Amino acid sequence: MKKIIISGLLVLCGVTGAWAADKVPTVLSNKEAIDLVQTHADYVWTLLAAALVFFMQAGFAMVETGFTRAKNAINIMMKNLMDFAMGSLAFWAIGFGLMFGVSKTGWFGTTGFFLSDFKPGGDPWVLAFWMFQVVFAATAATIVSGAMAERTKFIGYLIYSVVISLLIYPVFGSWAWGGLYKGGGWLEHLGFIDFAGSTVVHSVGGWAALAGTIVLGPRIGKYTKDGKIKPILGHNIPLAALGVFILWLGWFGFNPGSTTAANKDIAMIFVNTNLAAAAGAVMAMMTAWIKFGKPDSGMTLNGALAGLVAITSPCATVTPLSAIIIGAIAGVIVVLAVLFFDRIRIDDPVGAISVHGVCGAWGTLSAGIFNIGGTSLKIIGVQLLGISACFLWVFPTAFLLFKLIDVTIGLRVSPEEELEGLDFVEHGGTAYPDFEISHAGGMGTTGGHGLLKANTASEKLLRQPVEQS
Amino acid sequence: MNKIEAIIKPFKLDDVKDALNKIGINGMTVNEVKGFGRQRGHKEIYRGAEYQVDFIPKIKIDVVVDSSLVDQVVEAISKSANTGKIGDGKIFVLPVSEAVRIRTGERGEDAI
Repeated sequence: MKKIIISGLLVLCGVTGAWAADKVPTVLSNKEAIDLVQTHADYVWTLLAAALVFFMQAGFAMVETGFTRAKNAINIMMKNLMDFAMGSLAFWAIGFGLMFGVSKTGWFGTTGFFLSDFKPGGDPWVLAFWMFQVVFAATAATIVSGAMAERTKFIGYLIYSVVISLLIYPVFGSWAWGGLYKGGGWLEHLGFIDFAGSTVVHSVGGWAALAGTIVLGPRIGKYTKDGKIKPILGHNIPLAALGVFILWLGWFGFNPGSTTAANKDIAMIFVNTNLAAAAGAVMAMMTAWIKFGKPDSGMTLNGALAGLVAITSPCATVTPLSAIIIGAIAGVIVVLAVLFFDRIRIDDPVGAISVHGVCGAWGTLSAGIFNIGGTSLKIIGVQLLGISACFLWVFPTAFLLFKLIDVTIGLRVSPEEELEGLDFVEHGGTAYPDFEISHAGGMGTTGGHGLLKANTASEKLLRQPVEQS
Repeated sequence: MNKIEAIIKPFKLDDVKDALNKIGINGMTVNEVKGFGRQRGHKEIYRGAEYQVDFIPKIKIDVVVDSSLVDQVVEAISKSANTGKIGDGKIFVLPVSEAVRIRTGERGEDAI
């Protein structure tokens, strides 16, 4: 014991000796050191949050494939993978500059293309900031995939995903968020509140999804000849639920990370995000239970997402109680919106337009109504202006884009291809080739009859590879 | 020889298999099937839209036995698969003209 204490003291002496050799700390050098630690913390928090938001891509992929049929699972995976991959490149080349470059007019930025603001050896903040922003751009892009699922030509979707990341998302983003870096947009100058992007990200994706779904038309079989709705069941509700859990987790990066600074504000943002999601799930479940007699799982999962989308705009500027009210209202709205779009023959297999478009608009409005610093008609007016501006920019441009794709290379697969499934026709494969065999093996045919078991010697013999002659 | 085809409720499969094993029946083939009889289908809800499920999942068991065992097999299945509720299923008995054990080439009753 004594030895340990003595050697500990010796080490301590060595350390203090080393310190003594440094320059004597001054108030200024202390401040610089503290600022440096804060800067490092900002980098770590921003990049950690970016990683959480990136994981939301997996959430979207699972939600979308869960709510659609097994014959289109590869197609959904490819769309979610490629809209992030192609979107990243487009946002690097053009999108980031349009959104965050110096903006003389307030309508779009004109500098910083190809990440030219970063010089080797220079300040790397632009890299951390870009990384956080590119995952947001990809979120807006991937929302559309679910609404257009099961009938869109893959090449048409790829072109769309480049254009939204390159032009549609960044231009609106520059109006509301340009000032976060070098830009400055007309909407933010008016005092528009959209902290983490109910409108900038989610409504942009939602309204683009609406345009795409209208141009495409409903899936074959969704409506009967006499106009009745015939539900097309998703192939894996557990995957859809896993996707919602992943998205909920990712949102803890999406909203609190939007501080892009490690500070105390993130605590309330975190709590608001969680409470709104919880209230959204509860109210969507209750609405479904009252309307259909059962607590419908699809609607309840959408309800959690609706609460998350809604709180994205006001998460930093409302109290936790307000967050619950905002999420709860979103939970009711989303169920009614899904039923409404189904009725007017807009076929959105995953409810993306209702969750992201409609609840994004509601969340942005709620940021004005429940503003922690008080509200006024002017604040609410600016919020409404931002909501309208988003629709008026995104819906027509996306509609035009999808129409252009439709008349040139075609946006929708042929009816034969749609019935066959996009996995086979577009990607030349099947997502679950062994599904039937393993399914039979797991059915409970005990006693050595299962195809996956080899209990007797003769069966083991039979399972040996056949020699090729 | 006769083939006995029994369509039963899926959760009754283990009971039926045990009952058949008990009377010395050691081979059978099982299929997952769907269908309806007097039970009809039922209504389900998906994302707010109601739809009719006509075909309800069932299990079909095929057993081929010597004709002298038919009554015993039918009784074992009907006892073990019975719940007394609608949808318990049906049993069909069919004649079988030939059976072959592929590995050895044995034929007729030796092959079952």
